[in-house]
Amino acid sequence: MPMIEVRGLTKVFNGQTVLKGIDLDVAAGEVVAIIGPSGSGKTTLLRCLNLLEEPSAGSIRVGDMFIDASKPLAKQKELIRSLRQRVGFVFQNFNLFPHRTALENIIEGPIVVKKEARASAIERARALLAKVGLAGKEDAYPRRLSGGQQQRVAIARALAMQPDVILFDEPTSALDPELVGEVLAAIRSLAEENRTMLIVTHEMSFARDVANRVIFIDQGVIVEQGEAKALFANPRELRTQQFLSKFTEQNGP
Amino acid sequence: MEASLQLALNSAPFLLKGALYTIVLSLGGMFFGLLLGFALALMRLSALRVLSWTSRIYVSFFRGTPLLVQLFMIYYGLPQLGIQLDPLPAALVGFSLNMAAYVCEILRAAIGSIDRGQWEAAASIGMTRAQTLRRAILPQAARTALPPLGNSFISLVKDTALAATIQVPELFRQAQLITARTFEIFTMYLAAALIYWVLASALALLQNHLEARVNRHNQEP
Repeated sequence: MPMIEVRGLTKVFNGQTVLKGIDLDVAAGEVVAIIGPSGSGKTTLLRCLNLLEEPSAGSIRVGDMFIDASKPLAKQKELIRSLRQRVGFVFQNFNLFPHRTALENIIEGPIVVKKEARASAIERARALLAKVGLAGKEDAYPRRLSGGQQQRVAIARALAMQPDVILFDEPTSALDPELVGEVLAAIRSLAEENRTMLIVTHEMSFARDVANRVIFIDQGVIVEQGEAKALFANPRELRTQQFLSKFTEQNGP
Repeated sequence: MEASLQLALNSAPFLLKGALYTIVLSLGGMFFGLLLGFALALMRLSALRVLSWTSRIYVSFFRGTPLLVQLFMIYYGLPQLGIQLDPLPAALVGFSLNMAAYVCEILRAAIGSIDRGQWEAAASIGMTRAQTLRRAILPQAARTALPPLGNSFISLVKDTALAATIQVPELFRQAQLITARTFEIFTMYLAAALIYWVLASALALLQNHLEARVNRHNQEP
């Protein structure tokens, strides 16, 4: 049984349909990159998966949690909260809590939401900071960290919840070019642990090298998907070819 | 000059007793104003239309009508409806209700100024709305809210003089009574003004201290 099962996911914004009945399965341990032009709906799809955006129709299953968007979501609050505890989210703009240190940001979820003992949460948080290459930054406030460091703290914050799935929403788009590499390296090392991850990204070579599967979305539908290297090498659909041509022009075939 | 000074000293116990009322009214107004104002701000942010509109109308009325008129309605008006309040409780109710409207607006604006990403970050780790408010939003909103709250509280200290009109023997009322006896008008009102000034300054100091505390982590290089 797939880890994630999305059926008929539809999102309408002010009369405009930005997701047109998306069906998507993701297996446990699979790394899926979602690519597509701006406004194609890829970020909306990701945000619908943990209900940061309310789907207009369709259903989402993650593990044993099933959300039916045709029923009022206000009545499924508890379910949504438990889903979110199992689905980590890394934002484009990091969204760290500015009034808390790096360590406090990471232990917030485990302590407040999961009621984990403070000592063990701190121990795990230190290990996670070390894992993302930020040992020694425990007491730094976000504004004293570079964008790349903030994003790595945000990744550690998501990991601290011990999620089954991690969603990355353009995790390097807000970064200065020289800081992109360190964040991609952190994500790459997670991929090597066979974590289930969905990554919306504009970093095409990263998608090609790290993802098992690539999904190309345009105008609210999945145009094409397939094994990452194969899709980049031989896109079948014209629309995909057009989109990827810009990338191959810049980077060579 | 010496006579004036002597008079001021002789009157000091009366003025200080009045000042005590002023302090009680100020602190009471702040305390209950904060409580009620916070509740109103939460109502305003609620998805339930009934609650948010109740809050809107409340704020609109209490900000849009003179405090003096509100005090008169409570002290002189309510007895006609069978609710008789002594001067001090009547004034306390009036100041609290009025302050709550301002507190509500300040908190609503401060909470509204927090980036949506903060709500989403908290939601993404499974926090409830209440946890999000308490742990993520309010600590940040406090920084925005403190300066205008300080302003409103200082205004309240001065506005408590209006309680003189509903028989509360607070600072201004005491000064009036003494002037009526001694005709040392300028001295007495100056003395009263100086006491208001001291109280307002103490509040301003407290505000500065709190702002520095809340901003602590921002002041690092």
